[in-house]
Amino acid sequence: MTKLRQIAFYGKGGIGKSTTSQNTLAALVEMGQKILIVGCDPKADSTRLILNTKLQDTVLHLAAEAGSVEDLELADVMKVGYKGIKCTEAGGPEPGVGCAGRGVITAINFLEENGAYDDVDYVSYDVLGDVVCGGFAMPIRENKAQEIYIVMSGEMMALYAANNIAKGILKYANSGGVRLGGLICNERQTDRELELAEALAEKLGCKMIHFVPRDNIVQHAELRRETVIQYAPESKQAEEYRQLAQKIHNNSGKGVIPTPITMEELEQMLMDFGIMQTEEDRLAAIAAAGA
Amino acid sequence: MAKDIPDPITPEKLIEDVLSAYPAKSAKKRAKHLGVAEAAPEGETGIVSKCDTVKSNIKSVPGVMTIRGCAYAGSKGVVWGPIKDMVHISHGPVGCGHYSWSQRRNYYTGTTGVDSFVTFQFTTDFQEKDIVFGGDKKLEKTIDEINELFPLVKGITIQSECPIGLIGDDIEAVAKKKKADIGKTIVPVRCEGFRGVSQSLGHHIANDMLRDWVIDPAQEAGVDYEGGAYDVNIIGDYNIGGDAWSSRILLEEIGLNVIGCWSGDATLAEIERAPKARLNLIHCYRSMTYICRHMEEKYGLAWMEYNFFGPSQIAASLRAIASKFDQTIQDKAEAVIAKYQPLVDAVKAKYMPRLEGKRVMLYVGGLRPRHVVTAYHDLGMEIVGTGYEFAHGDDYKRTGEYVKEGTLIYDDVSGYELEKFIETLRPDLVGSGIKEKYATQKMGIPFRQMHSWDYSGPYHGYDGFAIFARDMDLAINNPVWGLFDAPWKKSA
Repeated sequence: MTKLRQIAFYGKGGIGKSTTSQNTLAALVEMGQKILIVGCDPKADSTRLILNTKLQDTVLHLAAEAGSVEDLELADVMKVGYKGIKCTEAGGPEPGVGCAGRGVITAINFLEENGAYDDVDYVSYDVLGDVVCGGFAMPIRENKAQEIYIVMSGEMMALYAANNIAKGILKYANSGGVRLGGLICNERQTDRELELAEALAEKLGCKMIHFVPRDNIVQHAELRRETVIQYAPESKQAEEYRQLAQKIHNNSGKGVIPTPITMEELEQMLMDFGIMQTEEDRLAAIAAAGA
Repeated sequence: MAKDIPDPITPEKLIEDVLSAYPAKSAKKRAKHLGVAEAAPEGETGIVSKCDTVKSNIKSVPGVMTIRGCAYAGSKGVVWGPIKDMVHISHGPVGCGHYSWSQRRNYYTGTTGVDSFVTFQFTTDFQEKDIVFGGDKKLEKTIDEINELFPLVKGITIQSECPIGLIGDDIEAVAKKKKADIGKTIVPVRCEGFRGVSQSLGHHIANDMLRDWVIDPAQEAGVDYEGGAYDVNIIGDYNIGGDAWSSRILLEEIGLNVIGCWSGDATLAEIERAPKARLNLIHCYRSMTYICRHMEEKYGLAWMEYNFFGPSQIAASLRAIASKFDQTIQDKAEAVIAKYQPLVDAVKAKYMPRLEGKRVMLYVGGLRPRHVVTAYHDLGMEIVGTGYEFAHGDDYKRTGEYVKEGTLIYDDVSGYELEKFIETLRPDLVGSGIKEKYATQKMGIPFRQMHSWDYSGPYHGYDGFAIFARDMDLAINNPVWGLFDAPWKKSA
């Protein structure tokens, strides 16, 4: 067995992290890799396409029912999906109560201590959109994910979020071993999207791992609770995900310590691309329009 | 007495020496908390020295081993805890509740577990799942259980520990809901320990909650109590070792009717009817002045400070209190002072020869560092240094009413500083808390705990003065201090 590889997918909410990660992992399992998914979103939808159903038994809900995590068995919370991919979801409170961040910490510790990480090649963490507190940074701390893949697009806020996540990685990179694996651009068909993604990757000092083109087949598969790999294995889009999986697989140990940029630099980049005006120009334009 | 004769050193020099051990930045910071009582400005008659130069009520410097508590300690431990017919839930993980269990020796009458609960400890005992999923449901269940197990409980307070403020539990909503359910007063207190710089903010928060969830709602609903002309409240007496009782008898003897005593031996009802009184008498100015100001603003109820430590202050306070009432009360006050004079004389006759000239250092909370000073003076003793854990600027101003020029003053003193001060000044007695007790005694210096009265008390009132004098004598003149040096090391 090769050394366990732990990777994590981060990115702005709604960017397609869960979809991208599950398709990629479905492709990786085709390559003979043994995989464990750790869903770190209270919504518990990180494994839906692999299991073809939403996982009901999250670690935290079962723990709450049983009294504490100590009362749980690994088998209670681990389900096996597409081609043997092991699936777990941390789960968490309903929006607006309690502390979901603590839940992520509790769940990951439970899984690790109870041997969920034994006998797998890959552990993949799928983390909710914003790293709002320390709990959601758990997967990037020491001895967890070695490489972080940021799912992003050419939208300004996605770029902004990617840069922020890079800042988080930088913080932990100095104390632990976490590295930025690279950017995965999930096409939104915005202006000069590929170039922008590549430019940001260059600024961050990392690779643009793959540009995943937009294809409605992803939506068709998703509506059937399947990955594209499972729903349409011969499709062009399935091939894209296979390429992405291969690139990630080959990227082992090649992650970098990112060099995040300031908000001003980010805006400057957008201006350089001609898709954003300076504040002065824009204000002048608004004034002119109003006059 | 086996101790070194201290070289005479001025307090200014002593402070300089102590600060010299710090890095420049820390020294600069700490210098603002250490001072010497200055001469009272000319024309000022109310004070004997000027003590308001010390910086206070700001964050402790990391690493100084501060003696302060937290907001939860101030609310649960000090203000709310002694209210005897309410249950005070330590809401959160079990430790805060356990370690604050019966810490303050707040005496009370009543049947524990039936109608009084001061020495009981209740906690929601948070587990991981309560943090992750929120603890509101558990809190509701806890309130239901308390109400079922102890049907005579008059009300329940929710004392928030740190995690409650982090996970955003809506304890106010729970309080409202359960009040509607069980028809009893439920008070949510946001006294998370991380708030503020010491227990002082906890006192303030607790006062505000008394206002918002007890006093004002009770007045709006109407309190069934017809006030009398001589009704007073004792505010800020926590009845430590029975202090409030030895105070109350004096007030009653001069003809006043004590309708409430906060919060030592207090009931919810006497807090609810407090605004019906004619005068609020505040002993612990630091912890309960907030609610007195509120009652003054909203209900026009006047308040005044008083001091029942030692016969000089007791007499002065009784006269000052009586002056707010008619001649009958004033005459009775004189009669009461005269009545106790023989007791005072007997105490002085017995203990002064043993205590006169003894030098004392104090380090207590927010009131006693000044309030007990005159009680020592009454025994012929001298205060060489005093300081507060959590006082504010107005407390230091008031300290000048008590201590003489040249007294060493220290705010939020660190373990190192206090030890240095004690070592150098080598007083005959140190009065502070349990954490300072054994370190001081190991230096060969007598010690009395001045938070808990060292399991003795009361110290308030004339009866308390007799006990106070005896205790100080017991500490200082204990023969053990003569045995401090090993016999084989005895100097010739």
